Amino acid sequence: MIGFVLRRLLQSVLVMLTVALIAFGLFRYVGDPINNLVGQDTSAIEREQLRKKLGLDDPFVVQFARFVKNAARGDFGISYRHRRPVAELIVERLPATLELSIVAALLALLVGVPMGVYTGLHRDGFLSRTFMTLSLVGVSLPTFLIGILLILLFGVVLRWLPTFGRGEVVAIGWWTTGLLTASGLKALIMPAVTLALFQMTLIMRLVRAEMLEVLRTDYIKFARARGLSNRAIHFGHALKNTLVPVITITGLQLGSIIAFAIITESVFQWPGMGLLFIQAINEVDIPVMAAYLVMIAFFFVVINLAVDLLYYLVDPRLRVDREQAAGHG
Amino acid sequence: MAERVGRPAPRGLLGRILDSDLFYSFSRSPVTVLAALVTAVMMGAAAFAPWVAPHRPFDLATLDLLDAFLPPAWMPDGDPRYLLGTDDQGRDVLSTIIYGARVSLLVGFAAVFLAMFLGVALGLVSGYMGGTVDAVIMRIADVQLSFPTILIALLIDGVARGLLPRDLHEEMAIYVLIFAIGVSGWVQYARTVRGSTLVEKRKEYVQAAQVIGIRPWVIMLRHVLPNVMGPVLVIGTIHLAIAIITEATLSFLGVGVPATQPSLGTLIRIGNDFLFSGEWWITIFPGAALAILVLSVNLLGDWLRDALNPKLR
Repeated sequence: MIGFVLRRLLQSVLVMLTVALIAFGLFRYVGDPINNLVGQDTSAIEREQLRKKLGLDDPFVVQFARFVKNAARGDFGISYRHRRPVAELIVERLPATLELSIVAALLALLVGVPMGVYTGLHRDGFLSRTFMTLSLVGVSLPTFLIGILLILLFGVVLRWLPTFGRGEVVAIGWWTTGLLTASGLKALIMPAVTLALFQMTLIMRLVRAEMLEVLRTDYIKFARARGLSNRAIHFGHALKNTLVPVITITGLQLGSIIAFAIITESVFQWPGMGLLFIQAINEVDIPVMAAYLVMIAFFFVVINLAVDLLYYLVDPRLRVDREQAAGHG
Repeated sequence: MAERVGRPAPRGLLGRILDSDLFYSFSRSPVTVLAALVTAVMMGAAAFAPWVAPHRPFDLATLDLLDAFLPPAWMPDGDPRYLLGTDDQGRDVLSTIIYGARVSLLVGFAAVFLAMFLGVALGLVSGYMGGTVDAVIMRIADVQLSFPTILIALLIDGVARGLLPRDLHEEMAIYVLIFAIGVSGWVQYARTVRGSTLVEKRKEYVQAAQVIGIRPWVIMLRHVLPNVMGPVLVIGTIHLAIAIITEATLSFLGVGVPATQPSLGTLIRIGNDFLFSGEWWITIFPGAALAILVLSVNLLGDWLRDALNPKLR
């Protein structure tokens, strides 16, 4: 067990260091940082002095170590465009993205699981076929197109919902939330639905497949033989046993929801980190790109690590497999 | 195919195709036939755009700003010359869609081939060589797989923008895009090919080839490769749909192909600005074309996966 945890931790640290190396490479070698800091009329000597002062002519390893040390403390330098510390920009926009992502994930779970159970139980029902067809269409519609269609329908034609921004927000310490005001909640509906749809179809298909699998097992037949009610069998026995993979996948998908928020935020002009990142790419604002990259990698690594460890704890079969694999390798 | 041996060979290539299991399962599924038809029509229209499109949307001499913002032909104020209406510059929406599909499909196919080439090569080497090479390639694959494709494509795109001088951005955009989508998609191929290579490697024909002293890369290319390509085609079809969506997404986000050479995604982004003023057709029709194209390719991919899966026969 300890060996597995240590190996997994080491792997995570390696991934983070690789990402940091890419981010540092971006920072240091894509464009000249000095040119981005000073004006046109700075003399060559002044540039040289600044270069020395910032340590840009130190050996590569020293510079990289400094970058990692600063990054670990959340210091990513100053945005070329906004002329403000990158950390400040990100902290400002973090709540918007996290709120959107978490609401979308909950929505996907709360709608996707019941739909999956239903389509699993009534395989050939009309509603099940409709859900399955819709889910195929949902997979084929790119996220941004779904957003545009929603805007057209509910924003332009029906005029029920706002089409951009976060509405009014309330500040709680450094965290700003739109969940406490009516306009904030209204503004959240369309982006959250857009972001949730793809994950919803994924969860639905997963739950359906797992339900079909579980319903064929002997203990379900035995439960039926004992004369338990359908409700008890479907929810007490079957659904419970499908939930382990569902929780795992949802956990892993949380990372990609945060990444896909880039698209949703761009469609709805939602003031989160994704929008910041897209603007940074468009304007080649390297420090912001590097910071976003390191942060999102950190999210992913932590989520993957947590899910792996949970899985390991929950499913005893895995432990045996891994030990055997380790023995052979 | 192995089961053909012993039966009289049907005459000609067409006869063999019509006689195959694959064609039988194809003709039995009306949805698949429809999807294939739609895909063929769209690809054909895109390939022969200069002859098919009713107008020349990018020839400034033929544009007239008086024709701007015309609604589709069946609506009041519609002009029968412009079936699906016109955009802000008086360009025929149907023609821009046909030219846009051309760019989308070009980028999609090129990216799929790049990913396929990279993935098959790395998977083959990884599976056949084993050892350190295998470990290194598969670790890279693991790391890349833990991030969503779109994020990696965005990152590569961003780095390329940083590296290239600003005035080259527009010219190089399409190549950058192909590179970004291609490189972000190789892992699936590599994993599949590596798996089948590991199986093939232990078979007698490979061992025989090794014993008579054929060089490893010849064995990989001439002996193993043809036997591991089946699943690759299935992944390729499904990947084409993903690549087209990725391209459209990047273009929609404004980091894909420039407006001077628009793909379907760029058209949707341009049209998005006019959504609020009621000119919905500028964005909805390219969007519908994109959705129909991707849906058809997805359906074809699903069918191919099931048809080639011996377990489902």
